[in-house]
Amino acid sequence: MLLSLLPFYPLISFLLIIFFKKQLSWLQTSVLSVGAMLLCTITSLVLLNALNSAPDGVITSHLWRWFSLNNGDSFASVNFAFYLDALSAVMICVVSGVGFLIHLFAAAYMKNDENFGRFMAYMNLFIVAMLILVLADNLVLLYLGWEGVGLCSFLLIGFWYQEKANVLAARKAFIVTRIGDTSMAIGLFMLFNSLGSVNILEVSDLATAQWQIGNNDAYWICLLLLGGAVGKSAQLPLQTWLPDAMAGPTPVSALIHAATMVTAGVYLIARMNALFILSPEVMNYVAWVGASTLLLAGAASLVQSDIKRVLAYSTMSQIGYMMLALGAGAWSAGIFHLMTHAFFKALLFLTAGAVIYALHHQQNIFKMGGVLKRLPFESGLFIIGLICLMALPGTSGFFSKEAIIAQLWSSPTAGQALWWCAILGALLTSIYSCRLFFIAFLGKERFSHQVENSSSKLLKIALLTLACLSLVGGFMAPELGQVFALNSSDIIPGKDPSWLHTVAIATPFIGIGFSWFYFKAYRGTDLQVFTKAEKNSSDNPVSSFCLSGLGFDRLYSILLIKPFVFIARLNRRDVVDQTLMSVTWYVGLWRDVLVFSQNGFIRWYAAAFALGLVFFIGGWIL
Amino acid sequence: MIAAFSSIETLFYLAALIAIIASLKVVTQKNTVHALLYLVVSLLAVAVCFYLMGAPFAAGLEVIVYAGAILVLFVFAIMMFGLKDDETKYAPQSKGLTIWVGPCLLAISLLIALLISLDNAEIQHQLSATVISSKEVGILLYGPYLLAVEIASFLLLAGLIAGYHYAKPDAQGGHL
Amino acid sequence: MTAIPLEHVLILACILFYIGFFGVVVRKNTLFMLMSLEVMLNAVGVAFIGAGSVWQQADGQVMFILILTLAAAEVAVGLALLIRLQQRFKSLDIDCLSQSKG
Repeated sequence: MLLSLLPFYPLISFLLIIFFKKQLSWLQTSVLSVGAMLLCTITSLVLLNALNSAPDGVITSHLWRWFSLNNGDSFASVNFAFYLDALSAVMICVVSGVGFLIHLFAAAYMKNDENFGRFMAYMNLFIVAMLILVLADNLVLLYLGWEGVGLCSFLLIGFWYQEKANVLAARKAFIVTRIGDTSMAIGLFMLFNSLGSVNILEVSDLATAQWQIGNNDAYWICLLLLGGAVGKSAQLPLQTWLPDAMAGPTPVSALIHAATMVTAGVYLIARMNALFILSPEVMNYVAWVGASTLLLAGAASLVQSDIKRVLAYSTMSQIGYMMLALGAGAWSAGIFHLMTHAFFKALLFLTAGAVIYALHHQQNIFKMGGVLKRLPFESGLFIIGLICLMALPGTSGFFSKEAIIAQLWSSPTAGQALWWCAILGALLTSIYSCRLFFIAFLGKERFSHQVENSSSKLLKIALLTLACLSLVGGFMAPELGQVFALNSSDIIPGKDPSWLHTVAIATPFIGIGFSWFYFKAYRGTDLQVFTKAEKNSSDNPVSSFCLSGLGFDRLYSILLIKPFVFIARLNRRDVVDQTLMSVTWYVGLWRDVLVFSQNGFIRWYAAAFALGLVFFIGGWIL
Repeated sequence: MIAAFSSIETLFYLAALIAIIASLKVVTQKNTVHALLYLVVSLLAVAVCFYLMGAPFAAGLEVIVYAGAILVLFVFAIMMFGLKDDETKYAPQSKGLTIWVGPCLLAISLLIALLISLDNAEIQHQLSATVISSKEVGILLYGPYLLAVEIASFLLLAGLIAGYHYAKPDAQGGHL
Repeated sequence: MTAIPLEHVLILACILFYIGFFGVVVRKNTLFMLMSLEVMLNAVGVAFIGAGSVWQQADGQVMFILILTLAAAEVAVGLALLIRLQQRFKSLDIDCLSQSKG
């Protein structure tokens, strides 16, 4: 019963706020939206607890039958039903827990925005869609949530719609994810066509029972589902929307584009693990997609000057880790990393938001500097976030990332090359984290404004809670053995060389040590260094290439947008439209003829009589 | 010469030719009065045709009503127009007899045709064999066609009233 | 049965009719149009009389008489209208009078 209520708290809050946003004060709106999220969090925790004692470790809740599909000889009903197992329990806890903290932060952060009510309503709507996505018992309902989060993402990126850049970013995010969604929809159609069901459990059972490993249908369906996941999770080659999406308000970046929505792709693949097991090639593709995104995003992150863009690329790279884990068959590790990443990335984004807010919306790290002294509280939390990101031993990131890396070496669908990729990614992560920290937080102040210390308690509570979660999250590893029971035997432990762990643990420290010396100048007080570094990053071809997201935007512009615009320009007159317009032209022609004949001259009419008579008699004779 | 014309067909074709020529002149004349004169000739020629087709009653009506009454109406109307600004302005000034030459010639040839037909006994014989008498027409008119006659009389009455109404000046309540 | 074949009578009627029609279409002067109409009505009368005499029936002449009355009424109304038009527009040009452009 509790389960079925879960998405309705934020839904009710959303409806109330969106309809009465003019009447509600800041306090009322905040209490409504944050209160709904608090209820969600409590419910999620209660459910998590109840799951331990539930039979089979599953709680289901059937609300109503949505519609039924004819699959040939019988009808497969698509229900509005929720299905809670360990995997979705982790997800709802992350979504509602992190969501609650971010709502709390947003209530303080967006307090002075004139459209505060609309913002909170969209945030609540997003939570509704995300909860539906993770709780869905069938793929159609999952798709509803999937599209719902896409919609909310669009609305929230373009929240400040008066600025052109935001609207363009929103449009780009929507269109790019739409490409992935289309692929996913086709995948779902194929799935229904071949298995005759959309219920996740049934599909998994049927697929396992009917298909051999390497089945062609499974291959294509998994590939198409991967397309959807790649679009939503901002992985190669559909990753270009995420850095631009940072145009949205910072809580949005934290909630949607770091902690929850972008991990929907990871969730989808984990949820459909039974299918993916059947096509090892696609698993391999997943791993390679993750690894290449991991490296490319890490490289791009090294040269960014906007603090939020650094974090955006970092997000892409961390999701790359999750994909890598899924591809390697390390399902639990992937979901574990999803959880810890949600904690520390939300923390990083929110702290960055607090810093940006304190510096009067200054996002350029080259114009920050010395923040550590001026904002010690925020900086301390940022350091916590960064050490989690770098996966220093003891933090949550360490446990999850090590769990992933440990399973790569001997995984049948991953292997040694991918292991090295992961290590390289970890090195890159520590280097760009240090660079960001050195430039923005150490050294001399390079901003002219007075620092605006935020005294909001809400903000501090939210940030502190997230920091605690980031630190201790590693000890809350979810028990997902039951969900992924049938696959964990694929990875045979004990064959790994003994030096692997040492290397993995040492990598971040190597990165830090390297950065300490390499970015020495950034810690200094010489202002010339920064102007030169900023100029250099746009002049140097390599770094400007990385700065622009490794040229993917340009590549797509040449490959897709330019030909499309060219075709559109060729067809400017619109062939179809012209064909239709020819009908009006024809009608207009006859109109002209008739108008010409109705000229008001009696003699003309008399001549028309004669002509008519001639035709009539002529027709009669012939 | 006269004998060459002395058959009904020849006379009919002669009258028809005259009717056609006169009608053409009606539509091509510039001067209204000239046109009216040719119209009279045309109607007379048609009347001769009627006579030759064995309908002397119709021929009589044609002459009396058409050539007599209706054309007199036209003449009165032309008189009322004054025709100062009309096409007659551009017409050549009166050149004595020239106006009358055409209609006169046509009318005379018609007269000759009529006279021949009246003079020739054979033609008279033929005609009397095929003639439809006015008595038959009258019986038919006041028998099966009584309703049509009534309607025609209403039509004439309507024409009378409309003509009276339209022709009145505005001051006396005439409206167009 | 007269000696004149029906075809020839009808040809005469057609020629007269189309001369009249030609007049209606070509002439701009309303008075000429009215006269041309008379020619046309007359041509129809020729056709009726010809048919009546061929079949030896009096109906043709009856019809002719009806046409006659029609022509008389038409000329009466038409000429009255022409007089008013002449007074109002100082012209008998049918195209100048035309106000029925649709």
